[in-house]
Amino acid sequence: MTATEERAATAEIGRDRRRKEDQRLITGRTRWTDNITLPGMLHLAMVRSPFAHATIRSIDTSAARTSANVVTVLTGADIADDQGVIINAWPITKDQVSPTHLPMPSDRATFAGEIVAVVVARSAAEARDAAELVDVDYEELPAAVDLKESAADTVLAHPDLGTNKSALWTFDSGEAGTGGDVEETIDKARSDGIVIEREYRQQRLIPAFMEPRSTVVDPTGEQITMWSATQIPHVLRFALAATTGVPESKIRVVAPDVGGGFGGKLQTTPEEFITFAVARRLGKPVKYTETRSESLVACHHGRDQWQKLTLAAEKDGTVTGLKVELLADLGSYNALLGGGTPVLGAFMFNAIYKFQAYHFSVQTVLTNKTWTDAYRGAGRPEATFAIERIMDELAAELGVDPLEIRERNWIKHDEFPYTTVCGLEYDSGNYEAATERAKEMIGYDELRAEQKQRRESGDRVQLGIGVSTFTEMCGLAPSRVLGSLDYGAGGWEHASVRMLATGKVELVTGVSPHGQGHETAFSQIVADRLGVPFEDVEVLHGDTQVAHKGMDTYGSRSLVIGGEAVVKAADRVIEKARPIAAHLLEASVDDLDFAGGRFSVRGTDQGLTIQEVALATFAAHNYPEGIEPYIDAEATYDPINFNFPHGTHLCAMEVDTETGAVRMRKYVCCDDIGNIINPLIVAGQVHGGVTQGIAQALFEEAVYDDAGTLVSGSLVDYLVPTAADLISFDIDHTTSPSLTNTLGTKGVGEAGTIASTPAVVNAIVDAVRHLGVNDIQMPCTPERVWKAVQGVGAGGDDPTAGAAMPHFDEQEGGAQ
Amino acid sequence: MTKIQLTVDGDTVSDDVEPRMLLVQYLREKLGKTGTVIGCDTSNCGACTVHLDGKSVKSCNVLAVQADGREVTTIEGLATNGELHPVQAAFHECHALQCGFCTPGMIMQSVDLLNDNPNPSEEEIRLGLEGNLCRCTGYHNIVKAVQTAAGGAS
Repeated sequence: MTATEERAATAEIGRDRRRKEDQRLITGRTRWTDNITLPGMLHLAMVRSPFAHATIRSIDTSAARTSANVVTVLTGADIADDQGVIINAWPITKDQVSPTHLPMPSDRATFAGEIVAVVVARSAAEARDAAELVDVDYEELPAAVDLKESAADTVLAHPDLGTNKSALWTFDSGEAGTGGDVEETIDKARSDGIVIEREYRQQRLIPAFMEPRSTVVDPTGEQITMWSATQIPHVLRFALAATTGVPESKIRVVAPDVGGGFGGKLQTTPEEFITFAVARRLGKPVKYTETRSESLVACHHGRDQWQKLTLAAEKDGTVTGLKVELLADLGSYNALLGGGTPVLGAFMFNAIYKFQAYHFSVQTVLTNKTWTDAYRGAGRPEATFAIERIMDELAAELGVDPLEIRERNWIKHDEFPYTTVCGLEYDSGNYEAATERAKEMIGYDELRAEQKQRRESGDRVQLGIGVSTFTEMCGLAPSRVLGSLDYGAGGWEHASVRMLATGKVELVTGVSPHGQGHETAFSQIVADRLGVPFEDVEVLHGDTQVAHKGMDTYGSRSLVIGGEAVVKAADRVIEKARPIAAHLLEASVDDLDFAGGRFSVRGTDQGLTIQEVALATFAAHNYPEGIEPYIDAEATYDPINFNFPHGTHLCAMEVDTETGAVRMRKYVCCDDIGNIINPLIVAGQVHGGVTQGIAQALFEEAVYDDAGTLVSGSLVDYLVPTAADLISFDIDHTTSPSLTNTLGTKGVGEAGTIASTPAVVNAIVDAVRHLGVNDIQMPCTPERVWKAVQGVGAGGDDPTAGAAMPHFDEQEGGAQ
Repeated sequence: MTKIQLTVDGDTVSDDVEPRMLLVQYLREKLGKTGTVIGCDTSNCGACTVHLDGKSVKSCNVLAVQADGREVTTIEGLATNGELHPVQAAFHECHALQCGFCTPGMIMQSVDLLNDNPNPSEEEIRLGLEGNLCRCTGYHNIVKAVQTAAGGAS
């Protein structure tokens, strides 16, 4: 039993285990959906509308049909009866105005990139060749493009609906009884305090996961099998069954290796539904893999808000009230979460600060652009950006350090658990400790001294230090809370643990990873809980026939909810094994201890490992009367609360005041995500998360022209940062374990992205604030920074405008 | 159709291909070398990077016919006798991959970078990998992995 004792001495949780997933990924032994080839498989190519808004008069498919090796060409009319419907799972108000979203409409295209026909051929190349030959007669209609103009119903995205305004969702602390009346605090501040009013732009982003989406459908068995590059195989199966009439039990959805998602694959897509419909119709396996250009135009986008904020404070900088009014661009449909995405930010604008009164409203707006939905952080980056930017403005108004104004207003470590003005209970945290550590890491005081010196000497290169003391709510989500918000599903998660005869353990989880490292982290949890070797645990996921119950992966939920289900299932295995072990050891159940994977009889050296019990249970030759010879177990966990990671991110930016060029000099963060299962995986999530937030601040924007054409529609124009655009980061942690789950963990997948954007923009504005600048619109391109510094249509109270890409300005006349 | 003959991961292969067929399509569709992947259509992402006669190329930017008579190494041919190449091992050790989709190209480019410059600075590594996009890692651990592999080699 030496090995067992050694195992017990080395806890798996907290170890920087190298990932189990890596071996196949670094040797090219991968199973991406596009790698799947089946006998007789046919290939699809989509014909997409080049117009943002157009009536489809007619579609002539004759030339395409006669093209080499084309099997058929189908239009929306051809598959009208069996294509299903793309669902919106979160109608945020009872009177939400929402167009029906058919996978392939036959009458009208509502954004540039919408699918109007599909070509089926024996090879992908032949399908694409023939797609060029499909002749669609469009009658172009006026397109609703600009968000503010669309909110005024100037042009209708869906004329039959009579308005572009989809839903107005509000939260008011006075009405909810969770705080005071925000108007009173603002009135009071106008007379004897400080009122800060700002409008910020959350530009439209594209998730830009590295693996283009791909779907294979094989209809030749009893079950129709769909492989898809998705984050949500279970939701996808439900949506297919609910809208096509195919029984759920006849559909199997598999998410094999999935190359990133970031929310972009948290969707049930027209491409999946069309592939499903074509396979059913032809009775043959079919595959559709998008090109990158298709992905950028047709995968849902993220963010895209205008944010109006009114912050009320007392003279000494103590905040009192916050009023938030959002306009959110849905694109041309309410997506899976749709208007729910900004609602996820509704409870986060108050952040870590002790506001007395709060009012939030979001008007969701339909436009003729690509539909929007969750993108890493989903609602919370938007909220964090706005509050962290305006807290800097309050600090500037008072002439104090931005950290000082935050400290004056944040929840102190001894005030947890703390119920916020939104009614959420923050269970744990220590903002003081994280901030202190981050300041130390970046050398805060030294940087401030250098900044002062550069200002005084009028240095061409100015230095700014940006602050973001973020929190977020994650671990989506308690099912009853989701129900109260009219979301269409629950937020529980499922796990089962199978004890194999050979001592190996299979963990089946309902979450569906696409890069997060669940196979490794969940193995660590099971190894610790059951006391079995890490290597003996196999994690199975992402196949609805293997993992029959699950709510999939998004919203930083996998560990905090899925991991808790794993803990419960593993604990049940131990409890089921206990009477069998007692029987085999001829001891009383009450005399057994379980530690380090071994049942031992107290006061003796007698014992059995749980793996030995598994073998004995498999043989079933000797077990107690009245129980089943079975120790596998499953569990479903429904969380009792969200959890609230927090941290302090500090960023030092240099701004060349003559050219507008910015250079990131240092980025540090100290995050508190509770207990850490695997520090290596956590570091990776932080690095990648921070980078995506930096990318929003500095590089990325989905730019549309006046006609509604996506002009940043390739990776040449949509600037996903490269290694040369970035620096190495300095990260650390403080630990305030979450009190709402057994492992004490908090989510980390979205934290970096939520935190970093305002840190970067605050740093740039901080560098040039003394030149009269108080905002620069994202992405902070050299042109925009230069214009702000020069006071050209910028600086002062006006944020910079103009498209992200300078050469678009000439074509658009400075639109957007 | 044009007949080509080349060496891929040590094996001689011969096929009739359409003149327009890209090397990456040839590798994936004709040879089943699906370890090499396609991430974009504008040669920005580098996911399809392989070695052609020992130098890295984006295989979406090379026609299959251009590889006639030449030697191609993909991610599947990088390990020798079951032993990982030092760069593969360093990617694993440094957690330089998450979803893994960019990884084959990123590793092939890193190998080429180190062949040219066995002791690169951080800046040289970042510039050398500029043609390969990763959306998961923020490149932090990729840079570390290349540094680790360089250290191991010297």
